[in-house]
Amino acid sequence: MYPEDFRYTKEHEWIKVDGDKATVGITDFAQNQLGDVVFVELPEPGDKLETHQTLGVVESVKAVSDVYSPISGEVTEVNGELNDDPEILNKDPHKKGWIIKLKVKDKSELEELMTASEYEKYLEGLEEEE
Amino acid sequence: MKKTRLYKYHKDSGAKLVDFFGWEMPVEYSSIVEEHNTVRQKAGLFDVSHMGEILISGSQALDYVQFLTPNDASRLNTQKAQYSALTTPQGTFVDDMLVYKLSDNRYLLVVNAANTDKDFDWVKSHKEDFDVEVKNMSDQYTQLALQGPKSLAILKPLTDIGLEEMKPFRVRRGKVKGEESIVSRTGYTGEDGFEIYTLSSNPGKIWESILKQGKKFDIRPIGLGARDTLRLEACLMLYGNDIDETTTVLEAGLGWLVKFKKGDFLGRETLLRQKQEGIKRKIAGFEIKGRGIARHDYPVFVKGKEVSKVTSGTFSPYFKKSIGLTYLPIQYTEPGQNIEVGIRGKKVEAEVVKIPFYSRKKK
Repeated sequence: MYPEDFRYTKEHEWIKVDGDKATVGITDFAQNQLGDVVFVELPEPGDKLETHQTLGVVESVKAVSDVYSPISGEVTEVNGELNDDPEILNKDPHKKGWIIKLKVKDKSELEELMTASEYEKYLEGLEEEE
Repeated sequence: MKKTRLYKYHKDSGAKLVDFFGWEMPVEYSSIVEEHNTVRQKAGLFDVSHMGEILISGSQALDYVQFLTPNDASRLNTQKAQYSALTTPQGTFVDDMLVYKLSDNRYLLVVNAANTDKDFDWVKSHKEDFDVEVKNMSDQYTQLALQGPKSLAILKPLTDIGLEEMKPFRVRRGKVKGEESIVSRTGYTGEDGFEIYTLSSNPGKIWESILKQGKKFDIRPIGLGARDTLRLEACLMLYGNDIDETTTVLEAGLGWLVKFKKGDFLGRETLLRQKQEGIKRKIAGFEIKGRGIARHDYPVFVKGKEVSKVTSGTFSPYFKKSIGLTYLPIQYTEPGQNIEVGIRGKKVEAEVVKIPFYSRKKK
């Protein structure tokens, strides 16, 4: 379910790093919690993001949810398709539903994030709390 | 948390459950948008057993209902339901509700779940010399709403009630799947449909049989999420958002339910004065023209000045745009008026539009 080559945050973002480039999105769990996504607010290429800074907003019919940057870096590209077709976030959150691409500032920040198996355990914990 | 008698069906179906004013209720079964569209096009079944039922009985039951509400309850008979309100002396809302006449001297108020206790206290505490008894029946009643254009076709084979003769707001008693029920042609979606009240200890029989009967019409159970988007498109007020103890019945655009000629009632004097002097603000519908979705409590601006807050706002699955309601100074309530809504610190263009946003095509 959760790709091995991604890292994950407690707020349910994923990040995939390739060299000094990274792609960021929200997890399948997140899209499922939100329900039908109907609006996405994206940052601008060139925006500089600190770790945990709000990079955008995802809205479903019933909820508004901030998306935070898992690490610091500079936005190089945003997924403009989400403007016209926000439901891609529901259909394919880990691939076509990517939100931004980043130029990574400090790769060591990744160490703080969860691996796929850690994230899956984290989700099990959340479900037990319910 | 409180659970309805149908809780296990929601749980078993994998619905997303939320705390709705102390009730553990399904907010969505699969997808709010799909559920919404199902009700507009086919039919959907809601468990609305969390709604409150307050029984007023006694020799002066009618007089007392007349005193508590602005609508004319003397026009009710046992085959009619009436949209009405509990009003304060200021003409504002304690709650909005449906009133049913069960028999001579017995009236049932169907109120919002969030307000049941408040309403019960209100009704108990104003009875003074009225010869009435007030009972909170909320835990006894199960209430289902079957809504959508296929509702009649689905319910008809399950009941001995002559449903097709029933006009909107008509009420009949009879059996639904063998269980004694009160059925009214009412709802909270803007579609044709029925609400079913039963004291049965096994209302699951009705729930299951309607879903089974509706299968060929692609019926779905519908959660509170789509209930909210459906009612907002149809401009049906939501207590706590669009109406409350600060908004008068006239400001809410519900002047039609105030019958000044019927005699005295709580709020009459204030409402009459307000009617004569003219209201200063009124509820208005708007559509977002720019990017973003209006939500409850977002600020609303006219000519750069904040004038109000969004009372209800959402993405409309039917129109596929953001719509909302707000109280505007009366001079700005005409359709075409440009306004702005503050969305996360940005002023986004919007326009006042005619309400209701959605009305179903009448045959």
